[in-house]
Amino acid sequence: MSETADLYQAIIMDRTKNPRHAGKPPHFNREGHGDNPMCGDRIHVYVADDGTQVHHESRGCAIMIASAELMADAVAGLTADAIAERRKAFEAMVTTGTTNPTLGDLNALSGVSEYRSRIRCATLPWSALTAALEGAK
Amino acid sequence: MSAALKSEFLDVTAIRKDFPILAQTVHGKKLVYLDSGASAQKPRMVIDAMMHCMEAQYANVHRGLHWMSERTSDAYEAVRDKTAAFLNAASREEIIFTRNATESINLIAHTYGRAILKPGDAIVISEMEHHANIVPWQMLRDSHGIELRIAKITDSGELDFTSLEEKFADGKVKLLAITHMSNVLGTYTPVERLAAFAHAHGAKILLDGSQAVVHRQVDLQAIDADFYVFSGHKLYGPTGIGVLYAKRELLDAMPPFLGGGDMIASVSYERSTWAKPPYRFEAGTPAIIETIGLGAAIDYVLSIGFPAIAAHERALTDHGLATLSKIEGLRILGAAQDRGGVISFTMEGAHAHDIATLLDRQGIAVRAGHHCAEPLMGRMGVTSTARATFAMYTSMEEIDALATGLLRVKQVFA
Repeated sequence: MSETADLYQAIIMDRTKNPRHAGKPPHFNREGHGDNPMCGDRIHVYVADDGTQVHHESRGCAIMIASAELMADAVAGLTADAIAERRKAFEAMVTTGTTNPTLGDLNALSGVSEYRSRIRCATLPWSALTAALEGAK
Repeated sequence: MSAALKSEFLDVTAIRKDFPILAQTVHGKKLVYLDSGASAQKPRMVIDAMMHCMEAQYANVHRGLHWMSERTSDAYEAVRDKTAAFLNAASREEIIFTRNATESINLIAHTYGRAILKPGDAIVISEMEHHANIVPWQMLRDSHGIELRIAKITDSGELDFTSLEEKFADGKVKLLAITHMSNVLGTYTPVERLAAFAHAHGAKILLDGSQAVVHRQVDLQAIDADFYVFSGHKLYGPTGIGVLYAKRELLDAMPPFLGGGDMIASVSYERSTWAKPPYRFEAGTPAIIETIGLGAAIDYVLSIGFPAIAAHERALTDHGLATLSKIEGLRILGAAQDRGGVISFTMEGAHAHDIATLLDRQGIAVRAGHHCAEPLMGRMGVTSTARATFAMYTSMEEIDALATGLLRVKQVFA
């Protein structure tokens, strides 16, 4: 389906159908929540501090779940400052559609820039992660 | 293809020519607009009437003594007559112009709700209401001590009368506020029966006609409705204009909603007195141009005629339900006996958003999400759905295009 191949890349479909970071982990230090009132999508993010490990419980579309998965890959082991920087770069990438070599697999989501109403699906996991990192332990 | 563009009930080809936007392409594909339940497209007649108003006959209403103001006031007030006739209201004074159905319901909650209802009284709504018929009553409950009760629906998406009777059993219910047609399930509610039921229990009835008024002839005197609301933009008219109907004796007893110009009889610093209905409820300069547009929309709908519109949409709905139910993994919400051209569905393995995006890329516009009816989503055991809604300009080919589009979605998410 050529007209949407840019959006639903193989890695997005794969991570949506076979998530690796889904579910509540046995140990975590922080948690944060994200809601999209427009569509009812929601995500809950769990963060284990030592060497940052992220898990998520998600109810949403393919873009949101794949974004949560790729985010969990991308922030593993990073400091809060480095995560904030990565979030900024990610949001710039999905808004402009310009891929960024430092973002690796996250670039698979660059197609959402063409679908304005879907950008929020891709950024929701990052909002939840920020809420978790900024919230009390 | 299952059927020719020419419907046996009306000339869809000719009707489509009246709607300039339907000739547009989206992503290089012919626009297939299946989101009329959210807002309908506008016929040339409405566009021209609004243009004519601005180009040739415009001034403020009810104020000027000059020629232009008098003519504009006449045109504005003529729409009140037209609307009263359209709904078969007993008199023109029972028609209040608002911004939309949401504002109409809020007006009732603020005036009738605060001045006539008493703390301890109860209001009943159903499980299939739009947020516009939930939230204003919650706000009234919290500010005014009104109890809010929810009557259940059945799994097929029809009102559960046993539950309704239970809600009314203690005699505290003073208002039944319920949809005339669900924007998610397409269910028509049995409004004559509901009005008789409410009245027999000493309660008034408010009907949210936002969906129903587009598809069926509404006769308010036959229904014996106390309040009826709808929005112009779903009825092929412009945004920014809505209607509130209320029986005259109710309006007479209701205090104003907003204060300002046009709604007064006299004003002094000590005290102001209120104009009679309908003007008591129309503070400030109204949406003059949009009201003229609504008048043209009513004329347009009546020129096609409800018998033809209803028969065409019935055929579309039957075809839509038959075609979509053949798609494996697709679940259609609701199965009411009396249902209109609203089909909400979910698809195994594909989220509603992804369905809508993939369809959009094929030029097909559907809505996805909770349709401003989150509690109903919970009741039906889903979090969001995709929704196709039909209008008088919808063709059988467009429903076939939707089915083909959904098969492609299935390929991607298989």
